[in-house]
Amino acid sequence: MNSVILRAGTSYLAGLLLVFSVYMMLRGHNEPGGGFIGGLTGATGFVLYAIGCSVGEARKALRVLPQTIAIWGLFIALAAGLFAAVFGDALFTGQWLFIGETEDDKGLPLSSVLVFDIGVYLVVFGSVLTLVFAMEEEI
Amino acid sequence: MADGAATDARGNGITGVIPILFAGALFVYFMSLVPTVASLEAIRWSVPWIPSLGIEFAFLVDGLSLTFCLLIAGIGTLVLLYSNTYLAGHPQYARFALFLTAFMVSMLGLVLADDLILLFVFWELTTLTSYMLIGFSHEAEKSRRNALQALFVTGAGGLAFLAGLILLAAASGTTSISGIIAQGDGLKAHAMYLPILILLLAGTFTKSAQVPFHFWLPNAMAAPTPVSAFLHSATMVKAGVYVMARMHPAMSGTDVWLWTLTILGAITAVFASLLSLRQTDLKQALAYTTLMALGTLTLFLGQESGYAMTAFATFLIVHSLYKAALFLIVGCIDKSTGTRETDQLGGLGRLMPITAIAAALAATSMAGFPPFLGFIGKELKYAGAIAVASEPIFVAGAVLLSNALMLAVAGVVAFRPFWRGQVGTGQSPKEAPWQMLAGPVILAILGALFGIYPDLLQVALVNPTVLSLTGEVEEAKELQLWAGVNIPLFLSIATFVLGLAIYAAHVKIRAMLDRGFNAIPNLDLKWDGFLDGLKALAAWQTRLVQTGKLSSYLFATFFTIAAGIILTLAYTGMPPLAADFSDVEWKHTSIAALICAGALLTLFTSSRIAAIAALGVVGIGIALIFIVFSAPDVAITQLLVETLIVVLVAVVMLRLPSLPKATFNLKHAVLSVAVGASITLMLIEVVATPLDLRLTEYFEVTSWPEAYGRNIVNVILVDFRALDTFGEIAVVVIAALSAYALLRTTRKGDQQ
Repeated sequence: MNSVILRAGTSYLAGLLLVFSVYMMLRGHNEPGGGFIGGLTGATGFVLYAIGCSVGEARKALRVLPQTIAIWGLFIALAAGLFAAVFGDALFTGQWLFIGETEDDKGLPLSSVLVFDIGVYLVVFGSVLTLVFAMEEEI
Repeated sequence: MADGAATDARGNGITGVIPILFAGALFVYFMSLVPTVASLEAIRWSVPWIPSLGIEFAFLVDGLSLTFCLLIAGIGTLVLLYSNTYLAGHPQYARFALFLTAFMVSMLGLVLADDLILLFVFWELTTLTSYMLIGFSHEAEKSRRNALQALFVTGAGGLAFLAGLILLAAASGTTSISGIIAQGDGLKAHAMYLPILILLLAGTFTKSAQVPFHFWLPNAMAAPTPVSAFLHSATMVKAGVYVMARMHPAMSGTDVWLWTLTILGAITAVFASLLSLRQTDLKQALAYTTLMALGTLTLFLGQESGYAMTAFATFLIVHSLYKAALFLIVGCIDKSTGTRETDQLGGLGRLMPITAIAAALAATSMAGFPPFLGFIGKELKYAGAIAVASEPIFVAGAVLLSNALMLAVAGVVAFRPFWRGQVGTGQSPKEAPWQMLAGPVILAILGALFGIYPDLLQVALVNPTVLSLTGEVEEAKELQLWAGVNIPLFLSIATFVLGLAIYAAHVKIRAMLDRGFNAIPNLDLKWDGFLDGLKALAAWQTRLVQTGKLSSYLFATFFTIAAGIILTLAYTGMPPLAADFSDVEWKHTSIAALICAGALLTLFTSSRIAAIAALGVVGIGIALIFIVFSAPDVAITQLLVETLIVVLVAVVMLRLPSLPKATFNLKHAVLSVAVGASITLMLIEVVATPLDLRLTEYFEVTSWPEAYGRNIVNVILVDFRALDTFGEIAVVVIAALSAYALLRTTRKGDQQ
């Protein structure tokens, strides 16, 4: 689509959506959001960019093949699940570490669950872009 | 074929040496267990695997499994040593060595497993690795076809086998094999005994290539010769025999067991030895004698007498020793002369003296001449046959005939090429390097050694094996070269006379056999016909179901949905429509109106972009419903998905010409109304039933304390039901990659 406004707008909007998608993913455990929604939001950013400019430019901006991202996401999710085995727990048991924990404050929680959600994010993000880019290019 | 690669005594470097050392170490380890087992003790080792189902990683070393282990690891070492030279410089040797070693380990696992499920895992692993090995020369179409045939036949048997194992576990209440055997005769009286037996035998008969599943084994000779020597002499094909032997204490003794094994074993033995004599290719001839051996082993497992069991244990060892040796020798001949056709071979004795002597030793053991182990084995076979209470003449006759034929084949394979007059082949054959001679020589000498000192074998392996088979070591009969003047001796003499006569006349007999066998149906050709028929059926039903028209797919899908709901409602009876519309607010009705407007616009517009946008309105309306009923996560997802779908569909649609003028299609209209009405009815029905809140309450209570999350939807996705989510994202990746591949392929197709 050849529109100067769209092109100028999307380059900012795409970045904004990407930041927002990470925010959506991180807040997901306690507020509406999560890896799935985050991944979709992030993908929307790049889809806009691909429509506004071109798929070629969107691919260049992404630097990595989207399918590679999806496969890595799957791998990270699996690794997060297998991580539980290190502690002798069943597959996909969440492992938690609370940094700076006090009596009534849990501090900064780090968990294998978050890593799993990052995997979900990457899978959704990569898969959607794989499809959209291919469709834009092939049809 | 890979056999054509140039012989290079230097081998394949480190990739060649490591597997040999590994197999050798395993062999030494199993040797170290011999004293324990010889003192009639069994070693059991186990760790829990799936405790909730009582499934264990359990291994048992007793006489039966140790005998197999020693054969597998010992012959495995020699075969790997041999292959390293035989396939020296082969570009894919590393792959070959990996497959062969993996096969060896699976086979060891199979014979050691003391748990039905574990047994099955290793059983299937041997099927898979042997598929890789048979199809190793994958550039050759024949090789691929034969590998696939072996995989299908043994794989289909494997499915039956699994069903049998599951029934067996259910019937006996445990998956532990030693546990099942300890239950004694209980299984034979069980109502499920017959189904279990049939299913297990379907697995073992396909694996051990008993008639009528015999046709895959000779085809499996497409593999490089060392593979044939390993898989089709000592190991894989004996897996079926092993399982029958393992289950012998728990399942033998019934009439079904006795007659199935006896009759099919006898038929296989005689049929295979006749087919063997017919072959002119040395390797094919050996392949059929392997079938004969498997038939004989099955025949003996049908019985219960101590003689039959001793004969089983002895013949198992005898056969592995001489058969592996002969296969390896055929490989040497093939390598140095370039042919395996008996008619083109002769006078090799002077040119390849060591090979010739090893061949002679192995063949005399195979033919059953004293003082070789083969002779003892044969005497025991006759003793075992006579001990069959019901039909001694049938069994002894089958054994006699197959033994005589075996003697003749031994002459054809291992005597004739070396000692008859010179035949010009255009090549100058010479002795193979020592790595390739080591295997045949060691195996052949062992056959002679155990014949002269049978006590070695008796104490170390035969007695413990008989103990595993019958539960009483007293049942083991003595292995002796001279058992006095008795019926087995007379039968032996009859075998020699008959066998030598057949050998003398084998060229004529072969011609007769050719005519005879051409008259009966060839199962191998039938196999191709069967596969072709299957493919035609698949193509036919694909054309029927996959029309390639999107509208017909959608019609079928929606028709199924509507019909399913309507039939269910008709069956259960329509409840009174007691929907309560009193709490409907204006925000609900306005959303409903929005959705209806979107749907109508989609239906009647003639602009594609308007239709897409209108469809988007429907989706957004549904997202609004989620928001109104406070499901923000679902609403956000719905909105995003809707946005992406609109974009995607727009990308596709905008490249198409504008919509044709909408025409009224009665069939589609009726279906649309039916789907809408039935879904509405179903929803009213669903809302009318009280909601089961147990899960909701559980997650509300546990989400924060156990999973440290307040967004229950997300906590369920990433923590409580993370495995499900993992499965789903795997599907997402697969779907994306498949769609990507499809899109790419289409473009390439267009360019051509």
